[in-house]
Amino acid sequence: MALLDINKLTKNFGGLVALNNFDLHLEQGALVGLIGPNGAGKTTVFNLLSGFYQPSGGEIIFDGKNLKGKHPHQITKMGMARTFQNIRLFGNLSVLDNVKIAYQSVVNYGLLPAFLRIPPFSRREEQIEKAALNFLEIFDLRKYAGEKARNLPYGEQRRLEITRALATNPRLLLLDEPAAGMNPQETHELLSLVRRIRDEFKLTIILIEHDMSLVMGLCERVLVLDYGSLIAEGSPKEIQQNPRVIEAYLGDEEVAVWEE
Amino acid sequence: MILKKYSTSITICLALALFFTIVQLGISGGLISGYWVTNLYLMGINIILAASLNLINGFTGEFSLGHAGFMAVGAFTGGIVTANLGLPFPLAVAAGMLAAAIAGVIVGLPTLRLRGDYLAIATLGFGEIVRVVLMNIDYVGGASGLMGIPEVVSWPVIFISVVLSLLLIRNFICSSHGRACLAVRENDVAAQMMGVNITYYKVLAFVIGAALAGLAGVLYAHYYSIIQPKEFSFMLTFDVLVMVMVGGLGSLTGSVVGAVLLTIASAFLQAIPELRMVLYAVLLIAAAVFRPQGLFGEKEVTLQTFKRWGGVFSGLAGHKQAD
Ligand SMILES: Nc1ncnc2c1ncn2[C@@H]1O[C@H](COP(=O)(O)OP(=O)(O)OP(=O)(O)O)[C@@H](O)[C@H]1O
Ligand SMILES: [Mg+2]
Repeated sequence: MALLDINKLTKNFGGLVALNNFDLHLEQGALVGLIGPNGAGKTTVFNLLSGFYQPSGGEIIFDGKNLKGKHPHQITKMGMARTFQNIRLFGNLSVLDNVKIAYQSVVNYGLLPAFLRIPPFSRREEQIEKAALNFLEIFDLRKYAGEKARNLPYGEQRRLEITRALATNPRLLLLDEPAAGMNPQETHELLSLVRRIRDEFKLTIILIEHDMSLVMGLCERVLVLDYGSLIAEGSPKEIQQNPRVIEAYLGDEEVAVWEE
Repeated sequence: MILKKYSTSITICLALALFFTIVQLGISGGLISGYWVTNLYLMGINIILAASLNLINGFTGEFSLGHAGFMAVGAFTGGIVTANLGLPFPLAVAAGMLAAAIAGVIVGLPTLRLRGDYLAIATLGFGEIVRVVLMNIDYVGGASGLMGIPEVVSWPVIFISVVLSLLLIRNFICSSHGRACLAVRENDVAAQMMGVNITYYKVLAFVIGAALAGLAGVLYAHYYSIIQPKEFSFMLTFDVLVMVMVGGLGSLTGSVVGAVLLTIASAFLQAIPELRMVLYAVLLIAAAVFRPQGLFGEKEVTLQTFKRWGGVFSGLAGHKQAD
């Protein structure tokens, strides 16, 4: 059974068709890229998947369940996680707390134990702390544990956002331009990081990215959106030679990146 | 080992017990005048009000202006239970807090789903409605107020109420549920994606805050014995708001200090009420200009802080704390 089935997904904003009859079927373990010029509708796909937007038409079946009417926090608990195009950390909280908040959708306790500090409060808190520290360790952020998230260097903030998403224990991970604003060195590290989490956590990943080298180096399959419509789908090589894709990007600043 | 694990709690308990005893002796020995006993109790009530408003406005990042309203609901419900129904005080506490909590659900549930400043407007309206409605109910004495409420509030009652309220809020904030509230304040979109049901947590923090404001109301009613609806006007909410802002949004220590300082200030300015409002306005402006985060920002003063200071003062600061 496919992990994700998107059928004829459509989203209108007033007269604007941000996404038009979009289809996507993902097997467990797939790593696909979603590209397209600015305003093509890529982030809209993520917002629909994660429940921030309700579709104007079509349906999303995730893990055998229809996502219609589900709230984002419910979808998270069903096993979907995402990062945001503009980093959204809990800036004034510590790096450790950022991960703890994510992990409590996996392990938690009731209100009464919280108010009165009775079991299972201490045990669960220890469990949450241990797991969160462990996540930080894996992603090389342990040294920042007590630091406020907003004080982290840019690249580490991106990494923390991914770490935090993984702490919710997802099966599907949506990454929205994770390399945006990174220098080549950081982008390179990100590349190996994404590979690693796919392999270690056995995740299914959809990656939105403008950096073509990243998409081409990472994804087995690439989808191209333009003005809300899917204009091409195939291996990175096929996409690179597809005349419609080249046309969509023509005159766009992306061409420069494309030809690198 | 066990002693070490609980040493912090033991130290705090001992300090509290000492403080309680000294004040109790001061009151029974007549060292603290009646005027300052009244202000001491008001201080306690204000601490509960400020800390509970901080839970909503500082820790969860909502903006409520309804504290006078919730306090009134608690005060009058509690008063009815003891004065009109002749039931014991603990029942008044329970009923007052419950009624305020229910009012919190009724106001919070529809408005907290919406974004922006709806809550501020709705709670402001709620406070006014409560006041006007109470003025027109003969059962609670109308505009002249509810009378004959037993004066059962004493130093032990105030002390225990303050300590328990602070402990409850502190335990809540330092739990996974409190972290969820902080996450809502920091970034509600990301919070949802971390599995936090943001409406639930906004309403929860709001209702806990309302219930504690209700407790403050019950205490107030059972100290003064007569309560009038006009006492619970917007000015009261404003007072509490100033305490929270001066102390620091998101700091419990700040709320305590803010409540204590401003209660003392208004005690000295009792004779010239106009000056009091001027002082509050000046304080708010000064805070906004010089220290927008309040005296304490989001910091808390804990035993660790004292140890750190102690270390600095006695020159034993060789081992630096990693922070
Ligand atoms: N909430 C919204 N209200 C109105 N219009 C929207 C909304 N969200 C997205 N749009 C519009 O939908 C279109 C697609 O936006 P989307 O954010 O999905 O683009 P994108 O492919 O992610 O672009 P970028 O590469 O710039 O991030 C744009 O024209 C955008 O202005
Ligand atoms: Mg986008």
